[in-house]
Order: sequence, then structure tokens, then C-alpha cells
Amino acid sequence: MNMPFYVAPEQLMKDRADFAQKGIARGRSLVAVEFVGGIVLCAENPSRNLRKISEIYDRIGFAGVGRYNEYDQLRIAGVRHADLKGFTYSRDDVDSQALANQYAQMLGQIFTHETKPLEVEILVASVGFEPEGDRLFHIRFDGSVTDENGFAVLGGEAESIRERLASAYSDELDEQGAVKAAVRSLAGPDRELASGELEIAVLDRLSEGRCFRRLENGEIDNLLA
Amino acid sequence: MTLPIFNPAEDPGPSFHALLSKLEHPTTPSLVSAAVGSEGIDITHGTTVVAAKFADGVVIAGDRRATSGNLIAHRAMDKVFAADRWSGVAIAGAAGPAMEMVKMFQLQLQHYEKVEGHTLSLEGKANQLSAMLRANLPAAMQGMVVVPIFAGFDRRRGYGRLFAFDVTGGRYEEEDFVASGSGSLFARTVIKLGYAPDNDADTAVDLLIKALYMAADDDSATGGPDSMRGIYPMVATITADGFRAIPTEELAERFEVLLAVEAARVDRTASESEG
Repeated sequence: MNMPFYVAPEQLMKDRADFAQKGIARGRSLVAVEFVGGIVLCAENPSRNLRKISEIYDRIGFAGVGRYNEYDQLRIAGVRHADLKGFTYSRDDVDSQALANQYAQMLGQIFTHETKPLEVEILVASVGFEPEGDRLFHIRFDGSVTDENGFAVLGGEAESIRERLASAYSDELDEQGAVKAAVRSLAGPDRELASGELEIAVLDRLSEGRCFRRLENGEIDNLLA
Repeated sequence: MTLPIFNPAEDPGPSFHALLSKLEHPTTPSLVSAAVGSEGIDITHGTTVVAAKFADGVVIAGDRRATSGNLIAHRAMDKVFAADRWSGVAIAGAAGPAMEMVKMFQLQLQHYEKVEGHTLSLEGKANQLSAMLRANLPAAMQGMVVVPIFAGFDRRRGYGRLFAFDVTGGRYEEEDFVASGSGSLFARTVIKLGYAPDNDADTAVDLLIKALYMAADDDSATGGPDSMRGIYPMVATITADGFRAIPTEELAERFEVLLAVEAARVDRTASESEG
């Protein structure tokens, strides 16, 4: 008679977490930095087409690391959620916290119930009318959410990048300062990142309507010069 | 509001409309069941909208009056909207369904852009509007007629384009200019007389302003410039730089010039008939 193997729940969760973490660590990292005029989202991404950073709604941006097909599915679900909510109520009623909660529920559900957890880490960033209104929700593969302050780091080498960014960050950075701090923290002391290897977008605090703006290579070069 | 995730075979794609029907979202109930039309209730109507090409793109404009039967329902209704950064839509006809259509159209374009990561082609946008009009046909048959104009800068081809529509969703690309709504006959004639494909932006804007002024002069449902309340027709240009609504102060100045010219003309005619 076949006896099913007993696996302790702790072990099961740990195995799943290890699996997801390994998948995420294979990809490159991403940071978000708040500055006086908004929020900079910056990823190391050599591809011009497979994007890690995108627009969700007027004042909300999305960033994901890990498996592209998985975070892209989450991104599209986020766009749908936001557009539906704005259509049903009003554009002012779309907020990042509700979206972050939805993502957390979904990721938590998949982590415990599905065969394979999602190998992603995502960030929901929303820019306020005042710097105090900025929100960075960092959501992990198991559905845990952190409300980050000032900056957020996602991806494999998060620890070392976080240390570098913590020393470069101040709440008086301007756009150029924030982009520089983000790029240098991603690159580390031993290498330089050129505009072709970067994907950068800004959520502009003072824009009317849609605040999300992607930076072209030329603009990135100017900011890094 | 939940997070809408679909399995790949069920995915509604980049269309917001398809998403709504997939989710069986309770959208506004159909207006068709309401008894409207000639003997029914008076519904609010928007009136004259016009658009013309010029050297760098297109200019699109509309008066601000909305009427309900013989009454003026609104003096400051906007009929010209940015559909997205490089296109605009102007509406004439039943105000309620028209505003709803514009809102849905803007959302549809933006939703597509966000899901796909790039914008629809200009023709794709025009086709979207066409499909929405077709869906509105039953309501149009009962009096809820909406007739929009769509204008935009075609970034793939590098020039401005204009589209006129009929109630059935028929889409007609116009080479030079287009007018729609109750005062369109008068407006159209004025544009026809001053139109040239190589007009610059200034000339094109002044031409449309004159067209709307003349329409208001002869059509009671079209609103003219209202300097007392500071309400002027809305005019916008769409070029390679995108949609730009002309500020009210600038419109006020342009109308002042036009009125001075017109006053001089009326004066001259009067003195000639006396002498």
C-alpha cells in the first residue's frame, strides 16, 4: 500500500518560498525613489519592448520583477481594475491602496492554493498632490505587503541595492538627483549603466490628468550627465 | 471591485467594451425603451460643430449652446473634447448619449493604450467611434441622434485627418473640412469660401470662428460669442505637438476683431442704402 508522504506545513511553505525567491533572483532589480516633484521608477532592463514599468491610472504606476508573463498578467489586471473603478464611480475614486490589497489577496491565494507560486515581486506606486500623499506598496510573491517610505527596492540583489540607496536618498532630491541615485544604486560601485540598459519612468506630481511619463534614452543621458 | 484576471482563452483583450460585457457589468440601461421622439419628451441637443484641415494639422471647433425644444438648456456646454493626446472629437445631437459616448470613447482609447503599451492608429480610433455609433442606432431611431466629428494627427503618416460620421456608424474621411449639427449648413458655406489646404493655424482658427459666428447669426439653436458671460465657442488645434485648446482670452480677442469687421460691414451697407 502506498502511503502519501507527510510534509510539514512549515516545510511546504518554505519550499514554495524558496522556489519563488530563486525565480525572482534570476532577473534584474528595480527601484522606486520619491522626490520633490514626484516618483521615479527605474529598472535595469536591456529590452525596449518587454517592459517592467508601466502606467495603471492617472496617478498610479506599476513595476514588476521576476517572470515577465506573470507580472504582465498582473499589470493588465490592474489596468482593468482601475479603469472599471473609474468608469463605475469617478476618476478620483481610483486609489492605489485598494489595488495593492487586491494584488496581495491574489498573490496570497495563488501562493497557498495553486501548484506553483507566482515568481514575481511587484510595486504599486501612486503620486500624491503633496509629497506626503505619495505611496509605494511593495507586494511579494506570498501576498505580503509593505508600505515603503521614500524608496523601494525589488528583485534579487535587493539588500545591497537598498544599502546603497539608503545612503544616497534624502527627501530633498529633485528629478535628476533621484534618477542618479536610482541608477547608481542599481549599478553598484563596479559598473556603469548606460541609457540603453535602463527603463525609467516618472510620475509627475504636478501633471494634470495622466502623470505617468516614460523617459526617452536622450532624456536619460541628459539626466545622468 | 475585484481584480479581473482571465484565462488566456477567455481574455477580452485591449477593448474596454469587451471587458464590460465579459464581466456582465451593469452599464447604463438602454435608452431605447424610453418613449422619445417628436411627440415624446424634449431632450437636450447640442448644435453646431466644425473642423477643417490646415498646413500643420487640423482645427476643430464647436459652439457652446445646448437646447431643449425652444429653450436654451445650457450656455456653456463643451462639445469639443480631446479623445487622447493626438486626436479630438466634437459632438452634435442628443447631449446625454453624446457625452456618454465621448466618455466611453476616451476610456476605450486610453484602455487600449495602457493594455497594449502603444496607441491605436488614427484609423483604428475612427473605427472605434464608428462601432459605438452603430451600437447607438436603435436609440437614434427614436430620436437620440448623435453625429460626431473626429479629427486627429496621423503620426504614422505625418498629417492631419478628418472623419465625418452618420447615425448608422458610416465613416467618411473628408479631404478638407466638415460641419455637423443644426447650424452646419451656414458654417459649411463660410468655411468653403475661405478654405485653402495650405492655410496656417491662425487663418484656420479665424475661419472656424467666423463659420460659427455666421451659424449663430442664422440658426437659433447655435450659440454665438457671449462676452457678457465670457463664454466663447471652443476651438482646438491638433498638430504633431498634440491637442491644444485655444485659451478663452485668445478667443475673446479673435472674436473682438471679427465683430469689429462685421460691424464695419453692416455700417457700410447701411450708409450705402441711405445714400
